[in-house]
Amino acid sequence: MRSMTRTNRLMSAIKYLASSVMVLVIAVPLYISVMGGFKSVGQLRAEPVSVPHPFNWSQYTDMLAGKVGLFWLELANSVVVGLGTVAVVLVIGTFAGYALARIKFKLNKAIYLYFQLGLLFPLAVAILPLYLQLRTFHLLDTRIGVILPQAAFGLAVMLMLLRGFIKAIPMELEEAAAIDGYGRFGFLFQIVVPLSTPILATTAVLTLVASWNNFFTPLLVFNTEKKFTLPLGVMGYMGEHAADWNLILAFLTLAMIPAIVIYVCFQKYIVAGLTGGAIKG
Amino acid sequence: MYGGMGKPSILTLAVLLGPALIVFTALVIVPVFEAAVFSLYKWNGLGPMVEFRGLANYSQFIRDAIVHKALWHNLIIAVVSLAIQLPLAMALALIVSDRRFKGAMFFRTFFFLPYVLSEVITGVLWQFIYHPQYGLVRAIWAILAPAAHAPALMGNTSTVLWAILVVIVWKYFGFHMTIYIAGLQDIPQEQIEAATIDGASGWQVFRSVTLPGMRTSIQLSVFFSIIGSFQLFDVVWAMGKGDPVNAGETIVTYMYKIGLQRFNIGYGGTIAVCIFLICLVFNLFYQKALVREET
Repeated sequence: MRSMTRTNRLMSAIKYLASSVMVLVIAVPLYISVMGGFKSVGQLRAEPVSVPHPFNWSQYTDMLAGKVGLFWLELANSVVVGLGTVAVVLVIGTFAGYALARIKFKLNKAIYLYFQLGLLFPLAVAILPLYLQLRTFHLLDTRIGVILPQAAFGLAVMLMLLRGFIKAIPMELEEAAAIDGYGRFGFLFQIVVPLSTPILATTAVLTLVASWNNFFTPLLVFNTEKKFTLPLGVMGYMGEHAADWNLILAFLTLAMIPAIVIYVCFQKYIVAGLTGGAIKG
Repeated sequence: MYGGMGKPSILTLAVLLGPALIVFTALVIVPVFEAAVFSLYKWNGLGPMVEFRGLANYSQFIRDAIVHKALWHNLIIAVVSLAIQLPLAMALALIVSDRRFKGAMFFRTFFFLPYVLSEVITGVLWQFIYHPQYGLVRAIWAILAPAAHAPALMGNTSTVLWAILVVIVWKYFGFHMTIYIAGLQDIPQEQIEAATIDGASGWQVFRSVTLPGMRTSIQLSVFFSIIGSFQLFDVVWAMGKGDPVNAGETIVTYMYKIGLQRFNIGYGGTIAVCIFLICLVFNLFYQKALVREET
């Protein structure tokens, strides 16, 4: 028995050691970014890893005060594009998901499979014609030109999640609603939507994170720096200030914070949505 | 029988399904088919598309040395990231799924963190880490070989792909771990307990109960690694756009350069179609192999 506990103790020590090493592997690059933002270029060159001495706040404050770079503007652009995408996906996704989950009609299965084709088509395959199409519709360099494709390419996964959830709402509720004189839309808005809040929240958060981090679509669409989202802004900034690594690191750190905040607040939804969607698919 | 609401009117269906169908068709389905059409022409995206080339673009694709290089890189990324990520993610999932393991929630949250950071921000951050004059690599080098200059990992054709691979593992192992955690939760605890009572060692339990129970999760994580590798763009673009001399090129970065930097829309379309076919063929074979294995 005693040897058993000893092995257990050893095992648990190994487990903590392994986990801690991985924590370091993740934390060190992030630490370097945060601290690098506080250093002068000279200090960065001399001691890339150490704690800054002295702490040089000007990189962060200049950036936050708008003296250097376009952090706030790009943050706002990311928010607008992200929320826009969420709004479009939620509205058209809920409508379509509801129809596919609750209404029997001839083409139901066919239309669902049609949407599922989206899972087979990666954005990369469509990107060249998409560019030309957006040009034809005069949507290049507009926010809606980023929002719509993002929504369209997110739709397949979202419909899969939403349809499954809405299908599980008991038939009795629908019958009771019919007797109470609700129409189809009344039932949708007053019963289905409130009951589906968890899955709608998951959908919204996943869409927001995807849009927040998306680089390919904004790269394709935006030309004007004033419309750049954060990932584009970071790339652009790096192109222009390749030598000012302290400023680039400060910018990176600031740009990371919103994503980390979203993650910490909505972790439950993100993990559930990703694994739920992955395992059902 | 139509339950509840009775037979739907065409108008109701149109209002509910119309917007999604229009957006999806116009921005997903039509472009994919257009790419197939473009792939048969020589066209710069301006003016009428008149120079029909038949399958000439495809034979160019097959002979293109950079295509070979890029696809080879995609394959290396898929295989190596699997070889590292799968065991690593599995081991960590086992560790943090143990209910007696204190702080499991903290570790889980932390390991998943890189996945939610943008690929571009991650890529730029790692460019700094690899920077021969500033980064972490330089600091490590200063300890190991103080006399020598630190290597420029991102500027050297023989190291750039490996440098990118490290970032891919750093960013995505937490995602795979999360898939495995979800898989572990579906294994009945009684099975593990029963095996343990029968005297099976930890390793035996893992081999005979845990691993078979994780089959679906492993298949998924393999699937995501391979498909993800063939669609890889952001991280590579943020870490030097596939340069120097295409040493970090992936098939999607090459397509982007051909199509939207050199405006060779026809050949770019060909590459797009081939990416789609590779993913599709892999998808079909993978599904088929899985079905055969199960019967």
